[in-house]
Amino acid sequence: MAANSTATVEFRGVSFRIGGNQILDNLSFAIDAGETLVLLGRSGSGKTTALKMVNGLVLPTTGEVLVDGRPTTAWDPIQLRRGIGYVIQEVGLFPHFTIGANVGLVPRLLEWDAARIAARTNELLEQVGLDPARFLDRKPRELSGGQRQRVGVARALAADPRLLLFDEPFGALDPVTRLELQNQFLALRNTLRKTSIFVTHDVREALRLGTRIALLDRGKLEILATPQEFLRSQTPQTRAFLDVLEL
Amino acid sequence: MSRTGLLFDIPQLASEHIELVLISITIALAIGIPTGVLLTRRPALRTGVMAFANVMQTVPSLALFGFLIPIPLIGGIGKRTAIVALVLYALLPILRNTLVGILNVEPAVRESAIAMGMTGGQLLRQVELPLAAPTILAGVRVATVTTIGTATIAAAIGGGGLGVFIFRGIASVDTTQILAGAIPAALLALISDGGIGWIEKRFSAV
Repeated sequence: MAANSTATVEFRGVSFRIGGNQILDNLSFAIDAGETLVLLGRSGSGKTTALKMVNGLVLPTTGEVLVDGRPTTAWDPIQLRRGIGYVIQEVGLFPHFTIGANVGLVPRLLEWDAARIAARTNELLEQVGLDPARFLDRKPRELSGGQRQRVGVARALAADPRLLLFDEPFGALDPVTRLELQNQFLALRNTLRKTSIFVTHDVREALRLGTRIALLDRGKLEILATPQEFLRSQTPQTRAFLDVLEL
Repeated sequence: MSRTGLLFDIPQLASEHIELVLISITIALAIGIPTGVLLTRRPALRTGVMAFANVMQTVPSLALFGFLIPIPLIGGIGKRTAIVALVLYALLPILRNTLVGILNVEPAVRESAIAMGMTGGQLLRQVELPLAAPTILAGVRVATVTTIGTATIAAAIGGGGLGVFIFRGIASVDTTQILAGAIPAALLALISDGGIGWIEKRFSAV
């Protein structure tokens, strides 16, 4: 698979149980190349677990998750993950690395040469709106939450992954910064056209960013719809989320 | 022994003492750090291994030296037995701090490293050990300072070192001799404490 192509993902009858708890219950859906699927749900709906199944951090109890037609269990997990960008709410930047070293991590793991890594790091920092000259040599603790999250996005994009996973990446940011980053996400998506899966509990964010929205409720897929269809939908669960929009 | 003889003996016994400490700490590091790492990977082993290290720590040092003498291969009179005992003492702080240091790495940082496709070895070398380094060094510092003190007891079983002065001084009720052992030992402890503490600070500057 070419590094700059983008991926498809398919869930086939995926269930996940831990102890006596059914976290995911028979999920089946497909994500097309280039689309942004939002996994929307309340806390405990299983959306983060579903996301972690895509890069093999969690494996299904039954069923399978296919990335580019191949089950995650058949992939070498290291190879699979190096081709998937991952952004989480806590950012998870390496506190002992500079911003430059954080962004260049996956290229370094992939053993790119130093000049190529440096060029790529500069390009990415500019792309996420951080001046490389000012930020390259700083440590994560010297940055604001919004800046750190931008670095997290740059790091996820570093090795030009086929697929991007976002786990409530903007959840901890103030509303203004969040909007800025959402706009940047949309701008990046329109230039990069990468398949993305985006987990959130914020229905506004889901409507704004998703090409389609999958609403999860207690591990079950409640509805999978475009934002327009979602707005018109009348199930109790979608209504519960849409009520949030009315002030 | 004359007073001048005493002065001549200090460098000799101090270097024996340093040798005992360095060998013991090196062995304790070589055992403690890999075992600590292993325990982060195998939670099932944690209770047993930590209990062993804890029990070792509670045995009074003079008694431990005594217990080891009759044991074949590691026992007997002399340096080797002393080193075995000192290693057993130094093990706990190093082991415990390696375990705690690695377990305290922020889960989001570890998860990111795994999700970005680091292998187990890369995660350990590039993320876990560097982030745990200040904690591990704090353990090494405690282990070193206590070993310098405990090593004075090695003289009781023929291990040499500054303890020779102290035991001789006690036997002959000679305070000067006791001090000739105690003061250099205390200085060694202070210097190691400061030195390792300095390295620790450099590592903590994340």
